[in-house]
Order: sequence, then C-alpha cells, then structure tokens
Amino acid sequence: MTTIPTMPSTDAATRPNPEVDEVRAAVAAVRRRNRRRLSIALGAGAALAIVFAIVALSSGAASLAPDRVLATLLGQGDRTEQLVVFTLRLPRILAAVFVGAAFGLAGAVFQAVLRNPLASPDILGVSAGASVGAVWAILGLGLAGAVVSGFALAGALVVAAIIWSTAWRQGLHGIRFVLVGVGLAYVCGSLIAWLLARAEVRQAQAALLWTVGSVSDVRGDALVLLMIGVVIGCILVAVFAKGLSVLALGDDHAISLGIRTDVRRGILLLVAVLLIAVATSVAGPIAFVALIAPAIARRIVDDGSAALTASVMTGAVLTLGADVLGQFALPQFTAPVGIVTGLIGAPYLLWLLARTERKTRA
Amino acid sequence: MTASASAPSPVAGLAAEGVCLGYDGRRVIDGLDLVIPSGRITAIVGPNACGKSTLLRGFARLHDLDGGRVTLDGVDVAGMPRRDLARRVGVLPQSSIAPDGVRVAELVGRGRYPHQGWFGRHSSDDDLVVAEALAATGIADLANRRLEELSGGQRQRVWIAMVLAQQTDIVLLDEPTTYLDVTHQLELLDLLTELNRERGTTVVMVLHELNLAARYADHLVVMSAGSIVAEGRPAEVLTPETVRSAFALEASVIPDPVAGSPMIVPVGRFHTAALDAADTAGDAAPAPSTGASIARS
Repeated sequence: MTTIPTMPSTDAATRPNPEVDEVRAAVAAVRRRNRRRLSIALGAGAALAIVFAIVALSSGAASLAPDRVLATLLGQGDRTEQLVVFTLRLPRILAAVFVGAAFGLAGAVFQAVLRNPLASPDILGVSAGASVGAVWAILGLGLAGAVVSGFALAGALVVAAIIWSTAWRQGLHGIRFVLVGVGLAYVCGSLIAWLLARAEVRQAQAALLWTVGSVSDVRGDALVLLMIGVVIGCILVAVFAKGLSVLALGDDHAISLGIRTDVRRGILLLVAVLLIAVATSVAGPIAFVALIAPAIARRIVDDGSAALTASVMTGAVLTLGADVLGQFALPQFTAPVGIVTGLIGAPYLLWLLARTERKTRA
Repeated sequence: MTASASAPSPVAGLAAEGVCLGYDGRRVIDGLDLVIPSGRITAIVGPNACGKSTLLRGFARLHDLDGGRVTLDGVDVAGMPRRDLARRVGVLPQSSIAPDGVRVAELVGRGRYPHQGWFGRHSSDDDLVVAEALAATGIADLANRRLEELSGGQRQRVWIAMVLAQQTDIVLLDEPTTYLDVTHQLELLDLLTELNRERGTTVVMVLHELNLAARYADHLVVMSAGSIVAEGRPAEVLTPETVRSAFALEASVIPDPVAGSPMIVPVGRFHTAALDAADTAGDAAPAPSTGASIARS
C-alpha cells in the first residue's frame, strides 16, 4: 500500500458529488436558520425598545400625546415640548439603552469566556468594585462628575486584576475565577457599607441611591462619555469575539484551532470590565442585567453561540423596560431601575439555579 | 526506523527530539525521540500514567515542553504561529465541551476557524468542506440536529468531522474510542483507516485497547514510564516480552484470526484452565504457553 505523503485534501472543490451537494444545502440551511432567528430577535427587540421609548417620552408630569412626541422628535415641536422631550426625557432613555447594552454585552462576554452562565460581572464583584471606587470618590474624597467615573473604572480594574491573579494557576480556570470573584463581591459589599456608615446622612443618601443604580440623572457630558465608551467597547468586542465560538469548545480544542487562549480571554475580559466600569460609573451597578440579559438572549437565539449581538439588544430593552416600569407602573411611587431589575432578577436567578441543578442530576 | 522511505525532506511530518514533558516540575517524559511516519497510522499504547497522552499533547502543542523540541517537516513548531500549525495539525482531545443548543453543522463549521480571517464569515466553500466532513463521517443526515440529542458514538463522529473540516494532513487523537461500545470502536477506527487510505492523512492516536491498536496501526509505539519500550510494525513489536516489560503482564500472543495481526491474550491469576491443561500435557506436545511466540515473519 503506497500512501501519498503530506497533501492537504484540496480535491473537495473539484469533485462533483450530488450527495455532498445535498449535504452542503443542509449545512447552508442551518446557517440561514441561525441568521434568520437572530434577525427576528433583533427586530423584535428594536420594536419593543421603540414602544418603551414612546411610552417613556409621552408619559410623566407633563404628558404628551404620542403623535406630539413624534412631531417633536422630527423637529416640529414647540419650546416646551422640545424641553420635555430632548432635555428631560430623551437623555434618560438613551442612558437606559446604552447602560443596558453595556451590561448585557459585558455579561455575555464574561459568561462565554468563563463558560459559566452564573459568571456575570455583578456576581463576580466587578460591578461592586466599580461601586467601591465611585462611592469612595463621592464620600471619601468629596468628588463629583467625570472624575467619579475614573474612580469607578479603577475600582473595577483592581477587582478584576485581583481575581485574575488569584485565579491564575498556569492558565485561567473558569471555576476558580468565579469562586474568587464571588468572594470579592462580598468584600466590596462590606467596603461600601462601611463607607456609607461613616458618611453624613445627606451624603450617604445620595451615595446609597447611586449604589442602587439609576439612570434618572444621566445627561450632558456623562451621557456622551457613556455613549462613546459603550460604542468603543462594542467595537473591541466585535474585533476579538470571533474566537469565542471556538473557546466555548474547551481549551484543548481552542488551542488546536489556533487560538492563544489566555491572551484572548484576557483581552475579552478586559474589554468587558471596561464596559462595566463605564456603565456603572454613570448609572451605578444596575442589578442582574449583566446576568439575565445574556441568558435570555441565548435562549432566544438558541444556536449554541455566545449570542453577543442579541445580548446587547436584550440588555438595552430590559433596562429601558425596567426603567419605564419603575417610573410609571405604580401611580404614587417611582423606583430606580436597579430596584426593578433586582425584583425581576432575583427570582430568575433562583429559577436558573434550580434548572442547572436539575440538568446536572439528569 | 520505519519513517516514510520515499520522503525527500530530512524529516517529513511530525517528530519529537529529546522532548521533556511534565506537570508542576514532575517529569513524566525525559528526553524522548520519536518520528511519526507520514501518511501512516501510528498508535501509541502503554499502561495508565505512562505518559502516552502527555506525549500526544506535547505533539499537539497542548502541553508546553520542558525541553527538546517538536518539529513539523523539520521546523520547530514552537516558533510557528498557532494558526499556521492549526492548518497542518488537527487534534481530537480527550474532552470536548459542546455548547448548549449547538447544531451539528454549526459545530463542525467551527473547525474552519484557522482558515478564516479576523472578520471572516462562513463562505459557501466552508459549507462544502463541512458537508464533505459530514459525509465522510457518515453523519450527513444529522446536519440540523442538536448535539445533545445524539448518542455517544454519533457525537464522537461529530467531533471527528470537526477535525476533518480543519483540513489538516495530520490528525492526532487522544483515546478516541473511550466511552464507545465495541461496534462503535470498530466503526471509528475503520473511519480513520479510510481517511488515511483515501486522503493520505497521517493519523496518530493514543489507544487503550491493545488488540485494536495492533490491528489498525501501521506503526505501533509501546510506552512505559515515560519512554518508548518498542516501536515498529505491530507484528514485530507486540511480543510477550514487550507486553511483560511495558504492562507487567503475562500474556499469550497469537495471530488475530481475522486480521492476522498479533493478538494479546492476557493471563491473570484465575481462569487459566486451558493453559494449565496444556502445561500438564507435558513436553510431548509443544503447546502454546505464557511465552508462546508468534510467527514473526
């Protein structure tokens, strides 16, 4: 038996084979199905976001009819209408959308990179690290404005760095990363409580509201900073995300397919931390969005991918929807968005845990 | 040496030169040399913890070398970009993770990764390669199925299809038959043989099952305690002496009644009635015994 030495099989393209053509059509059909499903999900998400936005723009102390909202958006409104829409309400909507998108994407990246559906930045203390930085800046140093964002960023990075270096044992291990992160989340929680307890009541109340998470006062420079940061973060994730589909198969497969796993993981986690820090610095740690949005997105897309694009959309819609709910659901009472997402998120987390448990036992 | 005789280059394909491998400073393999014959099926066998999987992982660059080098066509792989290596050497590791909900065609398509650019999307050429891989592994009708719906044997085929879609001329497999029943073990080894004969793919696999290794391998490498005890054609290598020194096991070696390759019949402490009967028959009849030799020609 003679064998042909090292020759890559390139005859695939030249050999006509009706059977293979049929399989090829089936393969293309799977790809089309996945693409179509994503398009539908994104379209439905966008439609939902528009509905929420119209509700948010037209409701409130000075209520506007939806047609007036539309007219104002198109530049046909009077001065009052313009003030209400552009100055008072639109920034809050944009803030909710961008903050939600950032949390959704960051959560999806964390969960995909660490291969753990519970590994979201808010569970792992990265968001809490950002909170510590911001609360310390507000209460400890008496700072305000964009500098606070810098402290939030530093806090998130410090926590991420501590988790990374502690979890590192000749490579990054997902489960160690998660365990260390959960521990650090408690440390950060204690630090925040300590900072609040030491502060004066008035100041503490402001900081406390911040730790709950709210998009009601994000405007001007902070909003611009948020939008730029989130767009840059999305672009960076898009550049490096291609390897995620391969990383998901386990390190051995990923390396064999040509990925430098630890480098790729490091870059992606760093970008996710940046996204978290930017969003947290303006809106506070909005509970559970980073955890739930990707889980919902993956369930909708349902193709075994990390569902990054869908997570951006789900995060945005979820946060905007929660903010609208918090503002208008109860007539006499408004709740910051973080409270609403917490109320939705906690039961969801329990359900997810119960479900994972059942699956492992099965 | 049974390296491919016709190859013009000094060392075609994969080779290990003085390779040292270990875990946390504990040496498992110390200065091992091995040339993988190109275009052949090589099986690496040996007792548990003899370092056979570690060696394969060293070849696959899944495990950093503590010393020595692994070369591909004479070039040190440590200096090669990972993506370039991934276009030449495909690996089926022992453990694979399947993302929830992933469909067969999509998963196999991930094997195209090293052939796609930064923003490379799946092209229709990729679809063709994936379709070919599905057809070659006999799972063409499963393209649209979810992985979790499949049986163990089918799943293993999917992973092999993914490695095929990588279009490499060398494929390394770490115990590919584990968890498969005997029917599926044979199916899988037949598939690899087909791949080797039709495409000239170099196959290197770590196997537990000695008799299947002896039957399917062109080149058998027997390892023990981190070094190579014997290598060569199975008929030459697999003797009772080799089995004794590598596995600390007494065994009869008889010709496989189907393939003609050497077949190990292990001797334990119990159930040796036939052997005892042959022994008591005395010297008059030269019966096969523990040290029975096989036709070595």
